[in-house]
Amino acid sequence: MSGRTQRWTSWAILGLGFAFLYVPVLILMVYSFNESRLATVWSGFSFKWYGELLRDKQMLSAAWISIKIAFLTASAAVVLGTMAALVMTRMGKFPGKTLFGALITAPLVMPEVIIGLSILLMFVSLGQMVGLAPKGIASIWIAHVTFTLAFVTVVVSSRLAELDKSLEEAAMDLGANRIKVFFLITLPIIAPALVSGWLLAFTLSLDDVVISSFVAGPNSTTLPMKVFSSVRLGLSPKINALATLMILVVAVAAFIGWWIMHRDEKRRKLDMQMAAKEK
Amino acid sequence: MNAPWLKKLLPHPRWSVISVPYVWLLLFFAIPFLIVLKISFSTLAIAMPPYTPVLEYIDSALTLKLNLSNYLALVTDSQYFHAYISSIKIAAISTLLALLIGYPIAYVIAQMPPSSRNIWLMLVILPSWTSFLIRVYAWIGILKNNGLLNNALIGMGIIDEPLKILHTPIAAYIGIVYCYLPFMVLPLYTNLVKHDKRLLEAAYDLGAKPWKAFFKITLPLSKAGIIAGCMLVMIPAVGEFVIPELLGGPDTLMIGRVLWNEFFNNRDWPAASAVAIIMLMLLMIPILIFNRIQQREMEGRLT
Repeated sequence: MSGRTQRWTSWAILGLGFAFLYVPVLILMVYSFNESRLATVWSGFSFKWYGELLRDKQMLSAAWISIKIAFLTASAAVVLGTMAALVMTRMGKFPGKTLFGALITAPLVMPEVIIGLSILLMFVSLGQMVGLAPKGIASIWIAHVTFTLAFVTVVVSSRLAELDKSLEEAAMDLGANRIKVFFLITLPIIAPALVSGWLLAFTLSLDDVVISSFVAGPNSTTLPMKVFSSVRLGLSPKINALATLMILVVAVAAFIGWWIMHRDEKRRKLDMQMAAKEK
Repeated sequence: MNAPWLKKLLPHPRWSVISVPYVWLLLFFAIPFLIVLKISFSTLAIAMPPYTPVLEYIDSALTLKLNLSNYLALVTDSQYFHAYISSIKIAAISTLLALLIGYPIAYVIAQMPPSSRNIWLMLVILPSWTSFLIRVYAWIGILKNNGLLNNALIGMGIIDEPLKILHTPIAAYIGIVYCYLPFMVLPLYTNLVKHDKRLLEAAYDLGAKPWKAFFKITLPLSKAGIIAGCMLVMIPAVGEFVIPELLGGPDTLMIGRVLWNEFFNNRDWPAASAVAIIMLMLLMIPILIFNRIQQREMEGRLT
C-alpha cells in the first residue's frame, strides 16, 4: 500500500466511523425543530416543542431531582473514588486487597439489572431487620455512588499511576507527613483527574434509568425514568427537544474541558522548555 | 500525646483510607449479592416484601428452609433457557461487530500525530457523555417502518416495501454496537498507542507485506486490548435491558428483560433473584478475567 492509499483508507475509516456515531444524534437534533407531531416527517421549522418542554411541570421537576442526585453522587463518588485509587496505587499489599480490587472493578461491567435488584433487596432487608432503610432520593444516591465510584477510581488511579512518585518522596524526605504530602503535592497534581472523575460520575448518574427504577420510591421519579416511560409509548418531538438541550450542554462542557486541558498542556510544555534552557 | 505506645495501639493510619471505600463496597455491593442469593431460595408470598423468610427463629427452633423451585423453574421452563442462550448470542455477535468496527478506528487514531490523537479520541467518547437513553431513542426514528431509513430507501427506489427493522433482533444489534462502541475503541487505543513502531519498520525492512506485518505483529501485540474491549462490551450487553426493550421486538428475548418482567410485572422477587444469580454465575469467568486486566492497569503495571 502506498502512503497515499493508506491515507485515504485512514480518512475513509474515520469518516464512516464518525458518521455512524454522529449522524443519528444530528438527525435527532434536526427533528426537534420540526413543526409536525410526527417525529419523522418534516413539515416546517418551529421552536414549539421547546416551549412545550418548558411548560411540562412533571418533566422539569424530574430534571431537578436528577440534577440534585447527580450532584450529590458525583461529590461523594470523587471522595470515595480518590481514596480507592490511593488504595489501589499507593498502599502496596494488605490483607483483603484482592477482594477490594474485585469489588472496585466489578461495577464497571456488572449488568445494571443485577446492581439495581441487589441494592433494592438490601434496602428491603435492612428495613425488615432494623426498621430503617433509605428511601427515595437517598436510596438512589447510595446506589449511584456505588456504581459510579468504580469509574472515578479508574480515572484517578490512571493519573496517580503516571504521577512521578519522586515528588511525593522528596516532600516526605523534607519532613512532611503523608497527609500534608497528599494535600499539598498529590492533590493539586491529580486535580484535573478529579474534575473529569466528577463530571463522569455526574453524567453517569444523570443518565441512569435501570438502577434508579429499582430503588426509587413513588415520589422520586428521575428524568431518565420519565423519558423512558414516554419513549416506551412512542416518539415525541418533546423528547427530541430535551435531547438537543442535553447534547448542547454536554458539547459546551466538553469543549470548555478540552480548552482548559489544552491550555494547561501548552503552559506545561512552555515551562518545561524554560526549565531546560535554564539548565 | 506523642507517646509511641499510643501509636502502636491505634490502627495504622492507612487503614483509615482503606476502610472507608472498603466498608462502602462491602455494605452496598458485596452484601447485597448475598441477600439476592438468600432471597432466590425463598418462596413467593402475597405480602410486603413478597417472599417468605428463608431463616426463621420460632419457639427456640432455628429453621432454614431452602426453596429450590425458583431454580427448577429456570431449568424446566424453556423460556428462561432460550433467554439465556439468546442473550449470550446477541451479546457475542454485537461484541464481534463492535470489534470489527472499533479496531480500525482505534488503529487509525493511534497512528495519528500525538497532537491530534486526543481530540479524535474525545470525539469518539463525546456521544457517550450524552444520554444513553437518548442515543437509543435516536435509532427508533431512523429504523421505524415509516422512519428515515425506509423513507430514504423508498425515495431512492431501492425498495418498494418498507423493511421491518425496528422491533427485530437486528435493531437490538445496531443499538448495542452503537452504544457500546466507545468502550471498545478506548482500551484498543490505549493498547495500540503503546506499540513500538520500530517493530513494524523492522518487519518492512525484512520484506514483510503490510497485511502480513499487521497479522504477525500488531494483532498479537494488541491481544490485551482486544480482550479488555470485548469484556467491557460483552458482559454488560448480556444483561442489557433498555436496548432490547426499546429497539427489539417481543421475540427479542434477553435475560435482563426477563429479570425486569419478573420483578416489576409479576412482582416475583424470588424468581428475579434466581435469574440474577444464574446470570452472575454465567458472567463470573468473564468478570474475573476483566478484573485481572483492570487491576493490573490500575496498579500501573503494563500488560
